[in-house]
Amino acid sequence: MSEEKWTVNFVVYRKKGEGEPHYQTFTLEVSPDEYVIDGVERIWAFHDRSLVFAHACHHSTCGACGMRVNGVEKLTCITRIRDVTTNGGTLRIEPLRNFPVISDLVVDMSRLYVGMDKVHAPAVHPLSMAPLEGGGIKPPRDVPMDDGKEYLRLADCIECGLCISACPIAGTAEDYLGPAVLAAAQLQGLNRAPDLTAIVDCVDGVWRCHSAYECTAVCPSNVDPGWRIMDLRRQVLAQRIRRWFGGA
Amino acid sequence: MENPEKKPNTRGIWDWFDPRGRNVGGWGFIINRISAIGLTVYLYLHLVMLGKLAQGPEAYDSFIAFAKQPLILFGEMLVIIGGIYHGLNGVRIALNSFGVGVSTQKQLLYGVLGLTVIGTLIFGWRMLLAH
Repeated sequence: MSEEKWTVNFVVYRKKGEGEPHYQTFTLEVSPDEYVIDGVERIWAFHDRSLVFAHACHHSTCGACGMRVNGVEKLTCITRIRDVTTNGGTLRIEPLRNFPVISDLVVDMSRLYVGMDKVHAPAVHPLSMAPLEGGGIKPPRDVPMDDGKEYLRLADCIECGLCISACPIAGTAEDYLGPAVLAAAQLQGLNRAPDLTAIVDCVDGVWRCHSAYECTAVCPSNVDPGWRIMDLRRQVLAQRIRRWFGGA
Repeated sequence: MENPEKKPNTRGIWDWFDPRGRNVGGWGFIINRISAIGLTVYLYLHLVMLGKLAQGPEAYDSFIAFAKQPLILFGEMLVIIGGIYHGLNGVRIALNSFGVGVSTQKQLLYGVLGLTVIGTLIFGWRMLLAH
């Protein structure tokens, strides 16, 4: 990390209980190579212990520290200050959109977790059920196998909720399953998990998406939910066409 | 912890139109929404205009004379822009929904915008010639 120091104004969203939301400015001296979460932690540690925010792993595994930084959804533990502001500049820190705010920067993500339960999204998949798009990607030799001698891989999604926050439709359709949930359904595939068809082939499933691809743009884990929703649509259409011609 | 506010943190439909922080696909979505609303409003105006036919030739002719004002012609240009963009973007989204061109959706959107500009220039030129 360089010795360079920047002065940055953190304009932080504050909301407690039934009180009106407002913004509070904290001016910090930071290294531009620090991450946004470092600044937020420093505000909590040295300026205001009542600031409520979520964080855990600090290396983009837990998905807890998702916030909006200058209006864009970011995983703050991997967002360098240098990349989102300048010396003397401002960082506007807000909670994720489209979830109820619990306090300050923490939101209630039940919507996402309920959806994940609905599509029975497991964290580990047989590789054949979780195709690695892009082609040419081979599983490394140490990828574990299940009892059926099939390669296993972890699902990429870290359930950070950035995609639901960025989705312009999720804000006006509270029952919409949302990008992460639909991506989890696609990962399993409708052929292997046919019970998912009824859950995703409905007005609040794949057909609610309006193809803004904001989910893909903000995803910190390369899940590419936009691609997966479109692939799920393709699977739904293929099933319908098969049914028209008398297939299963 | 009990959640003091169950309502999602959203500005509702205003978030459809806020371009701040959006990416290429998001811009495509915003223009699609605006063109959809514009075309819907135009549909009703068009029905009002057709209703003039029922009021006799004088009413219709006077409306047509009124419609040759520059402001109305500009509005007609907006209808053409909206119609071309909305139609072509619909094709893009339909292709994506069949799994075609999803990884190149940005390039497809640039193509849609390019064709919209070309179509607008052609129709604009013809409109200028006609008037």
